[in-house]
Amino acid sequence: MDWGTFLSQLPIVVIVIVGVPAVLVAYIVGTEYLVRLLPDAFRPRVRPWIWVGPALIFVFGFLILPAILTAKTSLESGAGDFVGLQNYQRQLGDFPTGGAWIAIRNNVYWLILYTLVALGFGLLLAVLFDRVRYETFVKSLIFMPMAISAVALGVIWKFMYWYQPPGVPQTGTVNAILGIFHQDPRIWVQDPSVDNFAIIAAATWGITGFAMVILSAALKGIPADLLEAARVDGAGEITIFRRVIFPLMMPTVVVVGTTLVIFALKAFDVVYVMTGGNFETDVLANRMYKLLFFSGNQGGAAAVAMILLAAVVPVLIFNLRQFRAVEARR
Amino acid sequence: MRISSFKVVTIVALGAAMVLAACGGNSSSGNTTNGKIGGTVHFLGTWSGSEQDSFMAVIKPFEDQTGVTVEYEASRDQDAILTTRVTAGNPPEVASAPSPALLTKFANQGKVIALNNVLDMGKLNSEYAKSWIDLGSINGKLYEVYAWGSLKGLVFYNPKVFQQKGYTVPKTWDEMITLQNKIKADGTTPWCIGLESGAASGWPGSDWVKEIVLSQSGPSVYDSWWQGKTKWSSSEIKQAWTTWGQVLGSGDSNVYGGKNFMVSTNFGDAGNGMFDSPPKCFMHNQGSFITDFFVKAKPSLVAGQDFNFFPLPDVNSKYTGAHVVAGDTMSMFKDTPQARALMKYLTTAEAQDIWVKRGGKTAINNKVNVNDYPDALQKNIAQTILSAKIAKYDAGDLMPPDMKNAYWSAILQYVQDQSKLDSILSGLDKVQATAYTT
Repeated sequence: MDWGTFLSQLPIVVIVIVGVPAVLVAYIVGTEYLVRLLPDAFRPRVRPWIWVGPALIFVFGFLILPAILTAKTSLESGAGDFVGLQNYQRQLGDFPTGGAWIAIRNNVYWLILYTLVALGFGLLLAVLFDRVRYETFVKSLIFMPMAISAVALGVIWKFMYWYQPPGVPQTGTVNAILGIFHQDPRIWVQDPSVDNFAIIAAATWGITGFAMVILSAALKGIPADLLEAARVDGAGEITIFRRVIFPLMMPTVVVVGTTLVIFALKAFDVVYVMTGGNFETDVLANRMYKLLFFSGNQGGAAAVAMILLAAVVPVLIFNLRQFRAVEARR
Repeated sequence: MRISSFKVVTIVALGAAMVLAACGGNSSSGNTTNGKIGGTVHFLGTWSGSEQDSFMAVIKPFEDQTGVTVEYEASRDQDAILTTRVTAGNPPEVASAPSPALLTKFANQGKVIALNNVLDMGKLNSEYAKSWIDLGSINGKLYEVYAWGSLKGLVFYNPKVFQQKGYTVPKTWDEMITLQNKIKADGTTPWCIGLESGAASGWPGSDWVKEIVLSQSGPSVYDSWWQGKTKWSSSEIKQAWTTWGQVLGSGDSNVYGGKNFMVSTNFGDAGNGMFDSPPKCFMHNQGSFITDFFVKAKPSLVAGQDFNFFPLPDVNSKYTGAHVVAGDTMSMFKDTPQARALMKYLTTAEAQDIWVKRGGKTAINNKVNVNDYPDALQKNIAQTILSAKIAKYDAGDLMPPDMKNAYWSAILQYVQDQSKLDSILSGLDKVQATAYTT
């Protein structure tokens, strides 16, 4: 952007910076003035709605309404005619390799592997690092991949999995390591028998730090006298972990786990960058993107979106309940 | 308590200011000062990096002459972005190279502007070969105009190595097969092929197949094939795949690194093995743009000396001079004086020549002097393009998106196991049956 353009846009920037807060303040002052005109008894009943009103309008306009429209689109053809469940039938027909089935299968892989591995490693690292002096340092090291965007992560791991034919120096780290053990290099992200796992491994590398940090915080919240008491009673460290630490951390483990499940269901960027969904690595979000933007198939894309929504909603409800349970315990 | 009238005025004024700000974002009017048009035109292109620099160099004289500012925006995800912006009613005034299938869709929806009244058609007809105008026409109206073109199906080789080994440039398909057998007999691999290209992986192989269809079965089969009227399992199309299979060799033994290397190597890196010592391979089939990648990987390479090309020989001599071409096209999505001026400018020899001199592009306007090409190789490419008897657009780009994607995926499956050809082709037939209906 050259300076001329910047200067010509400057008034708009100023209006946005000054104007948005001004409108908000005007809203609050204005509605408060109106509320005060009401009889005393009504005020407490009306006021909350006025305060949450803007948020409700945004949630309705940008979340609920689009969701309803997506549901409607999923029942329509490209020309906008009602076609019933035809779009769903195209996505869910031809089990097990047709339609969206490969993507659904891969999302299940993601769901299980990504969640369990990230959670397992996160818990293990949190508990182990809790006992060493250089904890802060290693924890920041493990957390660092979180700061990398998913696209950069995909590119980095593409290089890690780089392939050169046998006998030539390997430029990919993973194949170079195989070479040390006198194994032939292999293609990691193009071979359907391993590529899903290779991609999930890359994504897990990026998210484990997140799980670790939150679990570690929960661990620090366990009172030291509880552990002390267990030790006095003669419990070994493993028993303490199983019987004292883990049950106390359980609510946090569940919340982190369900969050990871949602991340796994909406996996997109790493797959898009590393394979573009080729070689049987497609996931639902990428399939939706391809149907919408490459194929111009709005009905099909909407159907995939609804399938994804149907998969996420139960997890979401469970997650919210869990949050509430954790809050209640405090 | 009463709200003061001052507050009301302030709130109304602020609200109005915001509305105005939101609407008045671009106030590019067609004011004429000192004969200059002024204002702004938005251009959505695919060039980035050094290509973008070249395009900006092309635009510079236009901006100086007309006073119009060209707001250039680059994206490789052109189809997705154009679809979104056109659907939202906010397209750029001018965009380059959406895929032909998408452009046809826009043309049918009336979302792109016919250029017949924008450009001086008489001048265009005299300066452009008819085949290039035909390529940009849909239902008899011109919707996209080429500025630069590139040629597909060029086999690059290293002349020094060829001389050293005593290999000669093949003129016919059979000579090429003989040459590849000779290279194999010497204990080396003839070809380098790389198919990886992100979401578009497989397209470099689709170039092979469509070149072969065009020069083996001719333009009418080629057209009915991309139009979805000739089945993939038909004898002509199947024959093209098996002919490519002969080039690949059984188990892809004619290609450096075999199937694993092909599917995992980016198209831009694949050819570099020709310049290693000893060379990993001897021939690389790609569009004319690939020379840019050679030189970037090894800046010491000199065009014409370290790499040269021969056109992929015609399988059937009946169709000699048939070429698959690609190019940089411009289409207009909003009719403004600035956009009209830019469209006119880009079709001139003067504009196209700027990029020609900078290297890497071939002008379509035949008034551009062939001596302006920076080296013999590019001059040679230009002459091949200008003399093409049968110019056909990339068949994959002409197919509906679902068909194109299935075609690319099929290429990846085929190189991994050539014996599965029949089931791959019947799978493509299945896609063909539905892809064209929407």
